[in-house]
Amino acid sequence: MQSWIPLVPESASTFSWQVDALYFYLSGVTLFFTLLISGVLIFFVIRYRRRTPYEIPRPIAGSHKLETLWTVIPFVIAMTMFGWGARIYFNLYKPPANAIEVYVVGKQWMWKLQHATGQREINELHVPVGRKIKLIMTTEDVIHDFFVPAFRTKADVIPGRYTTLWFEATKTGRYHLFCAEYCGMNHSGMTGSVIVMEPREFDDWLSGNTGGTTPAVAGQQLYQTLGCASCHGANGEGGRGPRLAGAFGKISPLESGQSARVDEAYIRESILNPQAKLVAGFGPIMPTFQGQVSEDQLVQLIAYIKSLQASGQPAQAASPAQAASPATAPSPTRNLR
Amino acid sequence: MRPIESFEVPAPPRVNYINAQYGLKSWLLTKDHKRIALLYLGSITFFFFIGGLYALMIRLELLTPQGDLLQSTTYNKVFTQHGIIMIFFFLIPSIPATLGNFLIPMMIGAKDLAFPRINLLSWYIYLLGGVITIYALLAGGVDTGWTFYTPFSTTFSNSYVVATGLGIFINGFSSILTGLNFIVTIHTMRAPGMTWFRMPLFLWSHYATSLIMILGTPVVAITILLLAFERVARVGIFDPALGGDPVLFQHLFWFYSHPAVYIMVLPSMGVISELIANFSRKNIFGYSFVAFSSLAIAVFGFLVWGHHLFVTSQSVYAGMIFSFLSFAVAIPSAIKVFNWTATLYRSSISYDTPMLYALGFIGLFTVGGMTGLFLASLATDVHLSDTYFVVAHFHYIMVGGALMGYLGGLHYWWPKIAGRMYPEGWGRFSALIIFVGFNLTFLPQFIAGYLGMPRRYHAYPPEFQVFNVLSTAGASILGFGMLIPAIYFVWSMRYGKHAESNPWHLPGLEWRTQSPPPTENFEVTPIVTWEAYEFAPREETEVVGKFRPELERI
Repeated sequence: MQSWIPLVPESASTFSWQVDALYFYLSGVTLFFTLLISGVLIFFVIRYRRRTPYEIPRPIAGSHKLETLWTVIPFVIAMTMFGWGARIYFNLYKPPANAIEVYVVGKQWMWKLQHATGQREINELHVPVGRKIKLIMTTEDVIHDFFVPAFRTKADVIPGRYTTLWFEATKTGRYHLFCAEYCGMNHSGMTGSVIVMEPREFDDWLSGNTGGTTPAVAGQQLYQTLGCASCHGANGEGGRGPRLAGAFGKISPLESGQSARVDEAYIRESILNPQAKLVAGFGPIMPTFQGQVSEDQLVQLIAYIKSLQASGQPAQAASPAQAASPATAPSPTRNLR
Repeated sequence: MRPIESFEVPAPPRVNYINAQYGLKSWLLTKDHKRIALLYLGSITFFFFIGGLYALMIRLELLTPQGDLLQSTTYNKVFTQHGIIMIFFFLIPSIPATLGNFLIPMMIGAKDLAFPRINLLSWYIYLLGGVITIYALLAGGVDTGWTFYTPFSTTFSNSYVVATGLGIFINGFSSILTGLNFIVTIHTMRAPGMTWFRMPLFLWSHYATSLIMILGTPVVAITILLLAFERVARVGIFDPALGGDPVLFQHLFWFYSHPAVYIMVLPSMGVISELIANFSRKNIFGYSFVAFSSLAIAVFGFLVWGHHLFVTSQSVYAGMIFSFLSFAVAIPSAIKVFNWTATLYRSSISYDTPMLYALGFIGLFTVGGMTGLFLASLATDVHLSDTYFVVAHFHYIMVGGALMGYLGGLHYWWPKIAGRMYPEGWGRFSALIIFVGFNLTFLPQFIAGYLGMPRRYHAYPPEFQVFNVLSTAGASILGFGMLIPAIYFVWSMRYGKHAESNPWHLPGLEWRTQSPPPTENFEVTPIVTWEAYEFAPREETEVVGKFRPELERI
């Protein structure tokens, strides 16, 4: 924001320039047509002003040629806008596979975030520059929206669902984080910052904030205390309940004859409403955990189940020491998978 | 020689619809579409000023970045109630219920609407809905935003959601009945010779609007009903904690509320077609394209609701389809703008107040429409949704479009409605003030929006203050500009110069009867032998009714 009145917000993600370029194209077309129409209008209004009170101009019925022209040209221009916008959008909402995952839980009126390495944050998100970050988001109450203008992206955070948002920051700095979906009394207070750091600084930050256990480890503890192990096996190897180890990301056949992809939403639903999508071969014996686990705990359970590899052993939970060298290790999350 | 003075100003007509009967009862039980239009005019003006008061509070609060004037709870109620009052109780009924009600029978040469009693009933329903909503506002207000998004509205809000919803629900029936009345009237009550393609474009646009009213309004009524069920009886429909789907609400809500934008702007487009043609003494260029573009907007308008859900975890493919359709619906609007502009070519343009509003409309609507493309385009919408860019865009459509058309139309037909002239000088002056004030209010919001200022924020980061100060300054000018017509219209009812039957010297049917018209509109049912906007009398055509002999082809 160098100039006195900036026209675009700071650009700090790989999307920024893409969205800005489209924005400038749209603005250019808008300016052109607005000036064209106003110009022609003003010219006509002056040129054809009423000169004598009783003049009656000669009627003109219309022109099919002109009508075709000003239907086709705007349509073609509109289609360029459509295509361009759709292409960027497709990338905006298609998170890459190798992104660092951060869990986000919105609630009236704060953002709770947790890194895969365990660090918790409130209303702040620290991320390394030049790395793909994927947010897996849900909310405890109403709909919120995670909006970072400098990254030119946002996504609604919806109760009962997991939505994702991803970005790759290109510039270090502190950027606004807004809740962009009206969420009640203190909506305008549900703001925060995304702090983009050099990878080295980020590693220092991570190691300086080792207070929390990782979501996967916390999930493992929950898994034991909630008694999941009695049916799903001590390490998710299965038993009276379906096998969890190695299930994440796979397509699972269902009792109903359909099949479902085992993703965050599916696991969440299966914990809260186990009868909704039974895995083929299993009866409706699991009790619901609705009301017993919070959104935070659900996120932890999911993180644990994700971490269970096909061997039935949890992958070693990423330690700060590992996370401290993300330049060599692709990402903590990849290890977890 | 100036045209208006050149004709004798007639004595006030002997009997007209205003002085035909006296007493409150004669108004409250009237079946005359013109009197009902006036009842509506009074009531929507009342709601407009309430909504305007809320707007003033919003703009004052946003003058400074800290939320210091109003508490956040109050602010949330204020912007919610601004939206609800302005949309449901002013914009949606504005042109159809006043100008449409007054003019549709007159323009087709009928004595009244097809169902005069239903017409009165719709005003009472509107009033009942309005009273219930006002009650909800006085009892404590509502803070859900006019969009009532779930599960906030069903589970978390501690405000008068159900009462407000009931007001809107009831009000919807008024809209449906009005739409039904218009459609039947236009189909069955046209005077001999008034074929579909001789109808003024005002009627085409009202026909299209009526279609949306009767097809769309029931959906929002059902949606509000479901919302109330969930809120009161805790039946799980939208709240995921009860097994519902919060996004379902948004689909249902926008299925009506996006077409509702066209309920607001289509009638205004109809007015603009009248103004452009009549104040340039020129038939509309490409009449049938303008007529059918109204229908195209009404049809396509039902297929674009998903563009409100581009950031709501909708599938990217659904997003692409809705984006494509949203671009498609822009084309008929563009066609209208080009045709209006082309109409002015080699015409005879007067600078009377209604024409100033029409020209202002074209400029503002072009900006409003073009900025809509930023929101139809997927990638830019992700950044812009729920920012001030959206606020600016829809105000350009609803104020720059719908309200400009309404004011222009009110000035244009005022001599017919009131039988008096409004003061032309003040009219032009206030039109200019409103235009300047409007742009100053909303242009800065486009920039603030792209910079990322979220809407519905009661306090905001200080770097956005400059835009908000400009907006508030503009809003003050706009508010001042709005007061001027409010004052002179009331003044003119008593002190304005008597209007002659045809003060603008126009061929339309409504100008071929006295001002104000008699209760039955025309002494004899007219026989229409001319095309719409036929300014130059054709020698071979018999012209029925009073037509200015001075109007001759040059």
